[in-house]
Amino acid sequence: MLEKQANRKPYEQAYFPPVPNKFTIFMRTCVLWQLVRFVSFNLMITKLLIKSHH
Amino acid sequence: MARLVVLGGGVAGHTAATFAAKWLGSAHEVVVVTPNSKWNWIPSNIWVGVGQMSKEDVTFDLAPVYEKGGITYKQAKAISIHPEGKEDSDKPYVTIEHTNKAQLGESEELEYDYLINATGPKLNFDATPGLGDGNGQLGEHTVSVCTADHAIHANHELQELIKEMKTLPEGEKKNVLIGTGHGMCTCQGAAFEYIFNIEHTLREEGVRDKANMIWISNEQFIGDFGMGAMHLDRGGYRTHSKIFTESIFAERGLSWITGAHVNKIEKGKATYENLDGTIETQEFDFAMLIPPFAGVGLKAYGKDGSDITDVLFAANGMMKVDADYTPRPFEQWSANDWPSTLQNPTYENIFAAGIAFAPPHPISQPKKSPNGTMITPTPPRTGMPSAMMGKAVANSICDMMTGKSTKPTHTAKMSEMGAACVASTGKGLFSGTAAAMTVYPVVPDYDKFPDTGRDQTLTTGEIGLSGHWVKHLLHFAFIWKAKLKPFWTIIPE
Repeated sequence: MLEKQANRKPYEQAYFPPVPNKFTIFMRTCVLWQLVRFVSFNLMITKLLIKSHH
Repeated sequence: MARLVVLGGGVAGHTAATFAAKWLGSAHEVVVVTPNSKWNWIPSNIWVGVGQMSKEDVTFDLAPVYEKGGITYKQAKAISIHPEGKEDSDKPYVTIEHTNKAQLGESEELEYDYLINATGPKLNFDATPGLGDGNGQLGEHTVSVCTADHAIHANHELQELIKEMKTLPEGEKKNVLIGTGHGMCTCQGAAFEYIFNIEHTLREEGVRDKANMIWISNEQFIGDFGMGAMHLDRGGYRTHSKIFTESIFAERGLSWITGAHVNKIEKGKATYENLDGTIETQEFDFAMLIPPFAGVGLKAYGKDGSDITDVLFAANGMMKVDADYTPRPFEQWSANDWPSTLQNPTYENIFAAGIAFAPPHPISQPKKSPNGTMITPTPPRTGMPSAMMGKAVANSICDMMTGKSTKPTHTAKMSEMGAACVASTGKGLFSGTAAAMTVYPVVPDYDKFPDTGRDQTLTTGEIGLSGHWVKHLLHFAFIWKAKLKPFWTIIPE
């Protein structure tokens, strides 16, 4: 996340959506946590494939 | 010996042909007709477009692969379908025009017993004045990432822009405009990937503060992606994808224009009509706008030579299949409108798969401006559903060719299948991220899932490095599969 959001002016477009805090951003590229998420997502895809093939 | 002709060598066609050839062996013939000499893993074109991959990384020659697979390969474009044969013969055939150097321009009549139309989209740049060059190709004012060659050019232009940015005086910025170039586009996901990869690249180059990054699309709100958006269960809430998408846009400092039909492109300027009918313009220094899709323009003729194109094809040039095409208002749309077997209702030996089949209607709620301009995303047919369609159609046809059945035996209905979509938001083995999503079903079914139209246990999304790794994995896995390397059939569609 940029330190200053140039487009987050009060009441303008980008003012309203949620933006991640530093911990959330850190976890997005935390290798250990992302390894867990990688396995989890691949399991989810597998479930999806089993359900989708007819 | 019977012959299956597959028109198109993209995800759907290549999947269909390779599985059919494997299942049929030498007992029957499989022919692929495609104007391209190379196969392209299109999802990675985004990375070619920012200089992170080369053309060689995302393409390979088709001829040796088809030879390995026992498939007859004709590098040609399909011109017309003759499902009833001609006056002196009942045998159906297609006419093709060769595009390889040795036979350039030569016509051929290719008889078939079964036909799969997997011709994919015509990139209809000329639908928006100035987006195309007037001859059906990309115009000079914008770039594209729809093909590997387009993406090479896009990266060249991007690198020139970065050079200019590095010498810009303090306070000056360049406008980067990315999105859809017409009110009826699909593929918002590809544009989403490109804008975020450019943003990532500009940050890595130290020039992010020199760019105004602007999204423009025909969606009512960002996060629609042509599939009517989705809901995600996260953090104790069930949240609409509009919120999540706006979040990443705000986080990365992007602004967005939605509900827009771009109706003219000039040098450095896009003109667009809003849903309220007003006309505005957006200046740009660099722009990538996805063109609308149409069918490739195949014609069809009866036994007596009469034009029966409208029997086989919808007005948009995509092939009619076993969908319910009855015009209905949005409130009456149903998951059952969508096709199951992808068989043409008039000619039982003709099927369509991937982008080539005519959807019954969009997935997203249709919108029209007071001027009568349709501004509505059209339905996406992404890689996973397209490959599943190709395989299902091949399976049905093989059963019909070998006498196991007189009717299709497999289905691939978009309201009964899911999709995994991984949208890159920046490349880097340890610094990259992607929005990794699953959705089930692709077309919402409000009868089965009254709340959101989807099974929320199978509809997920999150942003992270793991998604980037998945995109890389898919790149290598599906190119391995498409090249028919060892154990290629194990890799699921």
